[in-house]
Amino acid sequence: MSEIQNGRGLSLVPKSDVKLGMKDFKSDQEVRWCPGCGDYAILAAVQSFVPELGLKRENMVFVSGIGCSSRFPYYMNTYGFHSIHGRAPAIATGLAASRPDLSVWVITGDGDALSIGGNHLIHALRRNVNLNILLFNNRIYGLTKGQYSPTSEIGKITKSTPMGSLDKPFNPISLAIGAEASFVARTIDSDRKHLQSVLREAAEHRGTSLVEIYQNCNIFNDNAFEPLKDPEQRDDITLRMEHGRPIVSASKAVRRAADGGIEVVPRAEVREDEILVHDAHRADPSLAFALSRLDEPSFEHVPIGVFRSVERPSYDELMAGQLEEAVGDRGRGDLDDLLLAGDTWRIG
Amino acid sequence: MTKQVQQLDRVIIRFAGDSGDGMQLTGDRFTAGTAEFGNDLSTLPNFPAEIRAPAGTLPGVSSFQLHFADHDILTPGDAPNVLVAMNPAALKANLGDLPRGADIIANTDEFTKRNLQKVGYDGNPLEDDSLAEWRLHPVPLTSLTVKALEGFTLSKKDAERSKNMFALGLLSWLYHRPTEATIQFLENKFAKKPDIAKANIAAFQAGWNYGETTESFSVSYEVKPAKLPPGVYRNISGNQALAYGLIAASVQARLPLFLGSYPITPASDILHELSKHKRFGIRTFQAEDEIAGVGAALGAAFGGALGVTTTSGPGVALKAETVGLAVTTELPLLVVDVQRAGPSTGMPTKTEQTDLLMAMFGRNGESPLPIVAPSTPSDCFDAAIEAARLAVKYRTPVMLLSDGYLANGSEPWKVPSAAELPDISTEFATGPNGEDGVTFLPFKRDAETLARPWAIPGTAGLEHRIGGIEKAENTGNISYDPGNHDKMVRLRQAKIDGIAQDIPPLEVDDPDGDARVLVLGWGSTYGPIAAAVRRIRKSGGKVAQAHLRHLNPLPANTGEVLRAYDKVLLPEINLGQLALLLRARFLVDIISYNRVRGLPFKAEELAGVIQDVIDSE
Repeated sequence: MSEIQNGRGLSLVPKSDVKLGMKDFKSDQEVRWCPGCGDYAILAAVQSFVPELGLKRENMVFVSGIGCSSRFPYYMNTYGFHSIHGRAPAIATGLAASRPDLSVWVITGDGDALSIGGNHLIHALRRNVNLNILLFNNRIYGLTKGQYSPTSEIGKITKSTPMGSLDKPFNPISLAIGAEASFVARTIDSDRKHLQSVLREAAEHRGTSLVEIYQNCNIFNDNAFEPLKDPEQRDDITLRMEHGRPIVSASKAVRRAADGGIEVVPRAEVREDEILVHDAHRADPSLAFALSRLDEPSFEHVPIGVFRSVERPSYDELMAGQLEEAVGDRGRGDLDDLLLAGDTWRIG
Repeated sequence: MTKQVQQLDRVIIRFAGDSGDGMQLTGDRFTAGTAEFGNDLSTLPNFPAEIRAPAGTLPGVSSFQLHFADHDILTPGDAPNVLVAMNPAALKANLGDLPRGADIIANTDEFTKRNLQKVGYDGNPLEDDSLAEWRLHPVPLTSLTVKALEGFTLSKKDAERSKNMFALGLLSWLYHRPTEATIQFLENKFAKKPDIAKANIAAFQAGWNYGETTESFSVSYEVKPAKLPPGVYRNISGNQALAYGLIAASVQARLPLFLGSYPITPASDILHELSKHKRFGIRTFQAEDEIAGVGAALGAAFGGALGVTTTSGPGVALKAETVGLAVTTELPLLVVDVQRAGPSTGMPTKTEQTDLLMAMFGRNGESPLPIVAPSTPSDCFDAAIEAARLAVKYRTPVMLLSDGYLANGSEPWKVPSAAELPDISTEFATGPNGEDGVTFLPFKRDAETLARPWAIPGTAGLEHRIGGIEKAENTGNISYDPGNHDKMVRLRQAKIDGIAQDIPPLEVDDPDGDARVLVLGWGSTYGPIAAAVRRIRKSGGKVAQAHLRHLNPLPANTGEVLRAYDKVLLPEINLGQLALLLRARFLVDIISYNRVRGLPFKAEELAGVIQDVIDSE
């Protein structure tokens, strides 16, 4: 097998000769989300951040499924594929696996990725295809006008659940870690600086990176993430995770609990050296998983940042490696040799 | 003792035994020897879907039929001349197909009271007179094998397992087959277990020697090599030919092949075969499900690969939405459907032609696509190249309809040289195509083919977005305009319909030109229909034959051909799917003949049906 050249996600993607700006990534299409939708903020954040990567624009592809968020590719002046419900990770897998020179982004939502497309998501993650999956989580079905989603809290009253939803929601971060993801992060639509820093890390990660973006749907699920945006409480409930730094909010800290797990305690009650220092590169995913479990729909405290970022060979590199190995061993295939291999006989 | 040698022009042998008895391997080896000897041949494996059904039961019976001749033949044969029955279940399951006077070679060791009871025999048919109409050769295959292997340090069980090679040796003697290739094969197959290799070779040779010395066989048979067109030949199954056709298509299109597939009977062997040929730059992706298989193939096609997915009927049902996406995004995609008996799981290892209407219409909206169907195992090679040609040239998904009979059946194939194969390459878009010289219009069509440009990521200046939402003509921008939708629906249809001008006309085989009855077919029924037509003509009857390879669009002259005959007979292994299409399209009163038994037609059966239609004139 050929050696993995470089663990960085963008190493095989050609660099742009000219300096591109935000306007270069805006397509000529009119943006058609509802006024006030969190998707606008994410689109602006992505358009203003991607020029930093310095890639050729034509080597970037945005692939999406179905849902409000999945209109995203139409607004990016790159290559784009607005596909069908839930299947974007599968389509992007074929593209990324056969074209390591592309920076491939999957835009999906909580219904698209976790309901109809759940199978493709988990398999993309375990394979570690070189994709950046941005999961816009608004905890509701928007495009179908307001049914509960697989991330809606239990008891959610919606058009399809007038007496409240019955099913326990997925925690997308826990799910991704359980699916052997090599890069898992969470950020918020309203915090552009944080959003962009997470996207940068995701882009540079070689393999599948999953970024959950809390996104407000102001029509069907307004203020779903309000505690994380409210200046009165956000600094207290947001537990910032930065590699090598203690995991704390303004008033809380994470520490090892006596029962072997982790717990959130008032910062005033712990010594600095008791506070858990974040290690995103830890091979064992159990601590990242434990961090993901601190987050409950009540928003008492919510970890934000990169839960996990570990190096693992990406699927496209492994696949290309097998091709190279096969050619290296026996040379490139010759059609006549192939057709005549095995038992043959001549007549006449 | 010198035994009598009798000349035959053709022989049909059926090896039958328990799923664990190695009948498929035995049949394959006999086939290889026969191919090497230079006979024309055709094979029909028939096996249960269960990997190991309960031993000795009727559902556990696996068989392999081989027809070989000194002339060109078209089918694996209707009825065996020789049945090798490794146990009572094999005898009982196959006796119904055996004409009177045929030879039965039965392994007496397995005809125990218990085994007989298992399949409902009250007495032992080898010992009562119930098989008097046949020529019975009782041979204690198992104990003879064990005895032959006494000198080997093998368990009794391992020794018994070589009984299929003993049977192969006996049959090889009986029909004068060459032995070197089988010995070589066993040495290679068991290269890491030389003891097992030697034991199998010893069993094989013991079987041969037994034939030469026993009095149970007084005659051996010779079938002279067939006179086939000069060239280099190999034996090939439909699935292998299809896999090779895909590789050839990739080479001839100068596009890297990407296969997205999920294992399913009877298509999996194509995935297995292609995964061996990474030296051709082929990427094989075993997906998490059928939908991901086709999705990944379509994603790769967007990136400039020859995207292929292989499956069978249930998988096609799952892929339908993605195939619709390929129709509307107008990307090349090959969908290979190795049809099997349905509905639902149906009978996975049995053959059928029941997916034609699903291929035609099994998607939401108006979503036409070309359909190509191979007619024989080796034709799967050419059909795969043709399907790829259409996909690439017209930027469309193409459905290739093989079936279980073609997939597992085999025949000698005159190997083409790469230089003879068509160039099916295409051009990617490289620059703007708008009238202003700067704009790129992803849905502007080629005036002749109506195909849109294939602009792949990495091409500067051609950045564009495609998707499942209706697109405005030329620009490809999202459009809900009523007039535009109507136009796009018609354009997509016209593009597929126009392919009729790019495929050969339907050829009719009517030697004297005065037949009044046409027998029409499509796909794998070619062999049995052609064999039946030969029989009719041999007995002085007049019948014309035509066979459709392109099911959508149909060749431009199809209506003309159908109307030129008083009667059109259409045998199909479904309830009349092509007949429905032809009646609707041409208002011709097709006479259908339909059987859906999971098995190919028999030539004799079809000859009878054709004769009835002629007689009713």
